[in-house]
Amino acid sequence: METLLAILIDGLVYASWLFIVAAGLTLVYGVMKILNMAHGSLYAIGAYSAASLVGWYFGSGHPPWGSFALFIGGAVIAGMVTGLIIERGVLRRMYGRDEVVMILVTYGVLLILEDVTKLLWGVDAYFAYQPYGMIGRVRFSDLTFAGYDLTLIAVAGLVGFALWYALNRTRQGKLLRAVIHDREISLAMGINVTRIFIVTFIIGSALGALAGGLTAPALSVAPGIGIEIIILAFAVVVIGGLGSVGGAAIGALLVGICRALAVHTYPQFELFIIYGVMAAVLAVRPQGLFVIARARKI
Amino acid sequence: MAGRKNVRNYSPVQLATASIVCLLTAALCLGHPPSVRADEGTYKLGLVTFLSGAAAGPFGVPARNAAELIIEAINAGTLPSPYDSKGLAGMTIESTIIDEAGGGTKQVGEFRNLVQRRNVDAVIGYISSGDCLAIAPVAEELRALTIFFDCGTPRIFEDNDYKYVFRTGPTSTMDNVAAARYILELKPNLKSVSGMNQNYAWGFDSWNDFKWAMGVLKPDVDIKTEQFPKLGAGQYGSEISAVMVSRAEVIHSSFWGGDMEGLVLQGAARGLFDNSQGIFTCGETAMFRLSDQIPEGTIIGGRGPFGVFAPASPLNDWFRKSYMDRFGTPPTYPSYKMAQAILGLKAAVDKAAAAKNGKPNKEEIAAALKGLEFQAPSGVVRMSLGKGHQAVQEMVYGQFTKKNGKPEIYNVRRYPAECVNPPDGVKSEDWIKNSLKQTSCN
Amino acid sequence: MGSDRTPIFLCAALLLLLVVGLFIPNWLVFLFTISMAKGLVVLGLILLMRTGLVSFGQGLYYCLGGYIVGISGQHWGITDVALVFLLVVLAATLLSSILGLLLCRYREIFFAMLTMAFSMILYGILVKSEKLGSTDGFIIAQATLFGWQPEVEASGTWIFALAVIITLVALLVMHLYFRSPMGFGGEAIRENEIRVEYLGVSPRRLIYIKYVVAAVLAAFGGAITAVAAGHVDPEMAFWATSGEFVFIALLGGTLHVAAPLVGAFLIEIIRTIALDLAPYTWQMILGGSLLLIIFFLPKGLWSLLPKRREEEGL
Repeated sequence: METLLAILIDGLVYASWLFIVAAGLTLVYGVMKILNMAHGSLYAIGAYSAASLVGWYFGSGHPPWGSFALFIGGAVIAGMVTGLIIERGVLRRMYGRDEVVMILVTYGVLLILEDVTKLLWGVDAYFAYQPYGMIGRVRFSDLTFAGYDLTLIAVAGLVGFALWYALNRTRQGKLLRAVIHDREISLAMGINVTRIFIVTFIIGSALGALAGGLTAPALSVAPGIGIEIIILAFAVVVIGGLGSVGGAAIGALLVGICRALAVHTYPQFELFIIYGVMAAVLAVRPQGLFVIARARKI
Repeated sequence: MAGRKNVRNYSPVQLATASIVCLLTAALCLGHPPSVRADEGTYKLGLVTFLSGAAAGPFGVPARNAAELIIEAINAGTLPSPYDSKGLAGMTIESTIIDEAGGGTKQVGEFRNLVQRRNVDAVIGYISSGDCLAIAPVAEELRALTIFFDCGTPRIFEDNDYKYVFRTGPTSTMDNVAAARYILELKPNLKSVSGMNQNYAWGFDSWNDFKWAMGVLKPDVDIKTEQFPKLGAGQYGSEISAVMVSRAEVIHSSFWGGDMEGLVLQGAARGLFDNSQGIFTCGETAMFRLSDQIPEGTIIGGRGPFGVFAPASPLNDWFRKSYMDRFGTPPTYPSYKMAQAILGLKAAVDKAAAAKNGKPNKEEIAAALKGLEFQAPSGVVRMSLGKGHQAVQEMVYGQFTKKNGKPEIYNVRRYPAECVNPPDGVKSEDWIKNSLKQTSCN
Repeated sequence: MGSDRTPIFLCAALLLLLVVGLFIPNWLVFLFTISMAKGLVVLGLILLMRTGLVSFGQGLYYCLGGYIVGISGQHWGITDVALVFLLVVLAATLLSSILGLLLCRYREIFFAMLTMAFSMILYGILVKSEKLGSTDGFIIAQATLFGWQPEVEASGTWIFALAVIITLVALLVMHLYFRSPMGFGGEAIRENEIRVEYLGVSPRRLIYIKYVVAAVLAAFGGAITAVAAGHVDPEMAFWATSGEFVFIALLGGTLHVAAPLVGAFLIEIIRTIALDLAPYTWQMILGGSLLLIIFFLPKGLWSLLPKRREEEGL
């Protein structure tokens, strides 16, 4: 019973984190058809910005609760700025290339950003643990969870809802969905696709950085933290169906719960679980769980 | 295909060959020319350590810092005795550093580069055990004097014999054997343990050594759960829950660097260590950086008598003070191990030079280093395993406290090398399983 | 075909390389050997890329090849290169003909991700195999050829010679294949799969065959790398390794069979120089050159050469 509860909560916490990372990735793919490897760097930049801000904030003795607004806001802004630079500086010049080439382009950006973060922040770890302890602990019989982790579930829900609302209930969102559906027709209908691209990439980047910023308090923020995330997020996005935000949520839940199940029952399978789930899902649904229908073009 | 003839058509392969030649020349010119050793008065030293990726912050850069400090001091002759002579037998050390990133195959290529193109006289480096295993046979093939300073796997000298390869740091066997001994002295009635180690060779080896040692020293101890999260995973929520549910008295972890710090943060926030005693075999690197978060009484190790565990000596005092002055933090174990490797080389070169009364060649240096006993900031290092190629040292554990306002270690227990390392010629696994019980520590 | 002088030039260039190999320093020989090994993997990859499929999991067979060499030397006592390479081909064919059945149904990014998943599953298995040294890998026994054991010092050179010969054969075969109807079938599938079906050709069958061929080439590359480096570890199956192959393929371009070799050599050189000149910022140099190449040479290095009409027509 206790194990079951642990699996459920651990799975949910992990899934929330995965979802925030994957949401930006899938949104960017949906609109721009770019599988953005530099998303990992944006995650790292978000984490670094948050960690330095928290360090500075507590170092200068301000009221502790204000740190939340500061580090979350700081991470998001850092992500937006970096996103803007990447889109205007690099991606803009590469539009129209093959999808695989675009992956390689973002890989190049990832390599550069890895060293840029190293030059800016050095190789020594940064810590931002103060906010992590502030929400306290929650006890379920013998299990203790950090309040911060549980809050993350709510934050993920909020991010998901905000995305859903923006995409389905606002004019901008509808324009965005039109571009997701058919870029050429949208262009012909007078939608400013360039602007949509910029906005999408900035939102996607901000989400990646937000994920990094939110995780920073539980981590030692050091070089390389963004690399592991990429493949994980890719898997989630592919499982859910590329470009589908709802799919990313389901994919994250599936991976999160399966992983928690493995850790609590057969820990030796933990390493395979993500690829196992991905292979299984693709074997049944070759294009992921939620896929946008496409006509066969002859 | 008929249309081809009237197209301007010089073969791509021709051009490709031409461009290969150009590139090659460019590569040779851009890199350092393969000069013959120009200066007899210098000793070229290749340093290899992680400068990028997750191991750079906790290991690679502290090791590089120590190398900088020690090499400058050797060249200036400002080290305390017995290293107060200038240079390596009078030769000035000239060092080149490269990044260890990229994996075994890449490192084999870079090693060949260092030895054959850059003409280094010796290579000191390698943190990853995989890299050490890959480099050792190549070093032997190229007859290049090579000193591993940090990698932990005992397999290197247990599976093969080498002439030119040395390791001045102890193996990982003693970390975990001593961990088992320490925990049993602390809790003689121990009933259960759980393990949380990284999902790769280091984690498996560490956990196996610990588990085997436990199995021999106190067979009725129950292993509750063995968790192996991915290297660099960052999030350990599920694993922490699993260990909590297991309710083991002791949690063993060989996590290092950022992963270890993340585990400490997440575990401490959830009260993982309130009911379980944590033992971190590589905890020493986090001692000062995370002093607010490490729970009171956590057992931490530093992979040997390094860092806070180093015994007081003029050499150690000099090292701690100079390192602190220059880099603003106390030196941790990777710094000690790098310093130790360079000093080992110096001791060997000086010894070989004294015997010969001139500049020694690499065979003479290797012969001098074999079985050598030398002083390091961490105390005495004896090259007594692996036919004189592998160092042993004492192993130290202690508990963390910040009761007096600053991070300190209490309850320190020092284990002589013989009681936590196998004798020469015996494999660690066999030794732990067959004769650990009979080995006494007093 | 009469005007096709490529095979002659291929022979000449590689034989020249063989001769040059006797006179250049050992570290450069090693660099050449590794470049050829990687070039072979990428040769298989461009076969798939000409069909419009990108595999992010060629590391699977690269690693398989390496481990077969390692295991047969260390655990079965087989060190004879001819026999070992035969085993490598068999293993790669077997595995790829099973996985190919599933994979030939997938296209685009899904093909890429699924191939990567399989490669990462092998990685996971090897990490868990403590008998095989887990992530540390293990050292490979010295290779022999028909009972002849070369001197340790000379091993670099004869492995290089071996690599040259294998590469030459592979290049010639692939060159002929690219120009066969089946070879052109790949481009047809990339352009429009449904029309290919209407013409009565099964795209799945074609892709299946190409996948198996690519797998065998990748396994050869892995086997050569293993023999040359003397060590194998699971990193060979890691996604970053497969990613590097795609990187090389794009660098060289898919227009010519020799392109992967040039691309692989160029990458090794760029990386060596970058590591040398800037040990702290080499990734930035690597990433920057990648972007520049993609931006200025969209079809790879080969687009530097004068265009040919037949290729433009495709």
